[in-house]
Amino acid sequence: MATLKDKIAQLFPEATFAEGEMLEINIPDAQLHSLAQTLHDDPELAFDFLVTIVGMDWKDKMGCIYYLTSTTHNTNIAVKVTTDDREKPMLHSVSDIWRIAEFFEREVYDFFGIIFIGNKDMRRLFLSIDWNGYPLRKDYDTNPELNPVSTESERQSDGTDMYIENAEGKVEKKHRNIFEKEDFVVNIGPQHPATHGVLRFRTAVDGETIKKIDVYMGYIHRGVEKLCEDLQYPQTLHFMDRLDYFSAHNYHHGLCLCIEKAAGIEVPARAQYIRVIMDELSRIASHCLFLGTFCMDLGATTMLFYTLRVREQILDIMDKTCGARMTFNYDVIGGVMADLDPDFVKDVKELLAVLPKNLKEYDTLFTGNVITKGRMEGVGVLSREDAINWAVTGPSGRASGWACDVRKTHPYSIYSQIDFEEAVATEGDSMARFKCRIKEIEESARIIEQLIDKIPEGDICAKVPKVLKLPVGHWWQLVEGCRGAFGVYIESDGSTKPYRLKIAPPCLPLAAVVDHITTGNKIADLITIGGSLDYIVPDMDR
Amino acid sequence: MEVTTKSMPYEAWKDNEYIEKLINELKENGTNVIVGSFDKLINWGRSNSIWPLTFATSCCGIEFVSLGAARFDMARFGWEVARASPRQADFMMVAGTIVNRMVPVFRRLYDQLAEPKYVIACGGCAISGGPFRKSYHVAKGIGDIVPVDVFVPGCPPRPEAMIYGIMQLSRKMKVERFFGGVNRQESKRRFLLEHPID
Repeated sequence: MATLKDKIAQLFPEATFAEGEMLEINIPDAQLHSLAQTLHDDPELAFDFLVTIVGMDWKDKMGCIYYLTSTTHNTNIAVKVTTDDREKPMLHSVSDIWRIAEFFEREVYDFFGIIFIGNKDMRRLFLSIDWNGYPLRKDYDTNPELNPVSTESERQSDGTDMYIENAEGKVEKKHRNIFEKEDFVVNIGPQHPATHGVLRFRTAVDGETIKKIDVYMGYIHRGVEKLCEDLQYPQTLHFMDRLDYFSAHNYHHGLCLCIEKAAGIEVPARAQYIRVIMDELSRIASHCLFLGTFCMDLGATTMLFYTLRVREQILDIMDKTCGARMTFNYDVIGGVMADLDPDFVKDVKELLAVLPKNLKEYDTLFTGNVITKGRMEGVGVLSREDAINWAVTGPSGRASGWACDVRKTHPYSIYSQIDFEEAVATEGDSMARFKCRIKEIEESARIIEQLIDKIPEGDICAKVPKVLKLPVGHWWQLVEGCRGAFGVYIESDGSTKPYRLKIAPPCLPLAAVVDHITTGNKIADLITIGGSLDYIVPDMDR
Repeated sequence: MEVTTKSMPYEAWKDNEYIEKLINELKENGTNVIVGSFDKLINWGRSNSIWPLTFATSCCGIEFVSLGAARFDMARFGWEVARASPRQADFMMVAGTIVNRMVPVFRRLYDQLAEPKYVIACGGCAISGGPFRKSYHVAKGIGDIVPVDVFVPGCPPRPEAMIYGIMQLSRKMKVERFFGGVNRQESKRRFLLEHPID
């Protein structure tokens, strides 16, 4: 870390540093772009993966924190940039360095009104163009009369604004059209059975070939981050169930880890084992549903009935211990809410016994099928560089050859003691994404096998104060959800409620990359590609 | 007259007062013997083949998928044909949160449903906004946007609860006046007048 710091201090004398969980660089906005370029291009630094951009409102100033990871050196860094202007805050864009930044910056603009100079597309991401105010600012007026619920169709524009700095350093606004004039635009969604929820693609087609896709989100934007700011820490947990409802346990785990890290709470061994087993069980259940719905999208409805059989078996196990089928609210700060059901070990072993047989059945039913191969092999190829550039994590990223499993790269809980393989493929097509998930089911089963007989006795929850206050500061935690790296950022001002709770969902990059992958493919392949990426819309919209 | 569905004893229902009220209304208004018999025949057919619209925004939708799969198997009640187009569906299971941006789309989907049409508000979010009620971008229940026939509470409701909810709807269909009743949609027209689109 010291050498990294020296190197940057030498190149950028204006930068100031703060040591925390990782090196944090404070940089004036004018230097941001060249610093970002250096961090990305220098082979010794090689921060090629932009995990997220956290927009912040510190009342006296506004700004962003960029979380970066190097995939070659496995190092982490945070870059902080601020502006004093509250009326029309402006920062420089890094969307030309990391492609995914285009979407992250749009999100920050939507929530905080920070304009990014150089970003080609400065539209709101989730809210309508007529929305009054920027909801995550601390002085946002929540009066519902300002933004009423209306049954009238919202005003939409095919254009977008772009802010460019000219030679004299003045910022100019430029209008740009998203589609070309002669483009034929087909609207897919928000109500479409194959978009896996309410996502909308505005698709410009040339005959049957896709020219460009404009991803239109926000049809299930529920404002979870703002809601969390009014709730105490234990109360914020239940929202994690409702983001990516398949990784409910994993997301809970992530937020709990972050809060525990901040409060300095030691989690008992038994609770850690239970948490990991639950995470892996939900991963199997999630991937099972993926196999079913993906095949259903391609027209093979039968698979859904076979895969849901295993999922129902897992949901029964969950139901016995957690008391719910989907929204468990099981992980709590300091451990888990209730002890395991007496039948838990027996039930899990029964599941593990039938799982290989089921996987074999899926293979014979679907994987080897000629039509399946024709529709999936070579369709929607995503290269490793693009996967990193677009921050596509999870099984979809690993199918492109990028070993990005957070359980391996930044082990948390007891994952460092477990022997398992990361499912990595090199093809990067829809078939690879499909196979990666089948492989992950096997690996998850292996993890559970290792742990199920060794669950230690003891407490299930540490002693946690009734009124939990976090010290002043900020914390960042990554965990592996079922669809990719899930990040939580908490900033505390010392009270019982988070000052800012940022959720970095894996599904936003998955949806953002659709345009890049599908361009040049046939419109029918959009269903295959979208299905194989397996995004969950409430997760990306939050 | 005991209105029930197959394999469900009348006493097992939780709210028979509601259905008895509907029956009394039907009795008071009276109807022609022939038309009444046709009503009965048509309602028998309608109540046993209610086709849902494939519409889901969030978590509840996944439970709806489970409902369609082999274990809970809604096909045995005649609800299996989930249609992707609202024009072919009989009812809409509003499974999930409806947010501001979704409201116009949702309303349009409702308007596109073929008459007679029904709405089931499934889960806390659809009923009142649920855990997201205080949010800046969530509609506080769909009751203000479309007329709702059945409310199914839960977060998400278990598939059993959904089955119970749709069975209630099927029971309601059985005691409706079809000719001069639901095929004329006066109540819905009134609702639409009170809540105009444009």
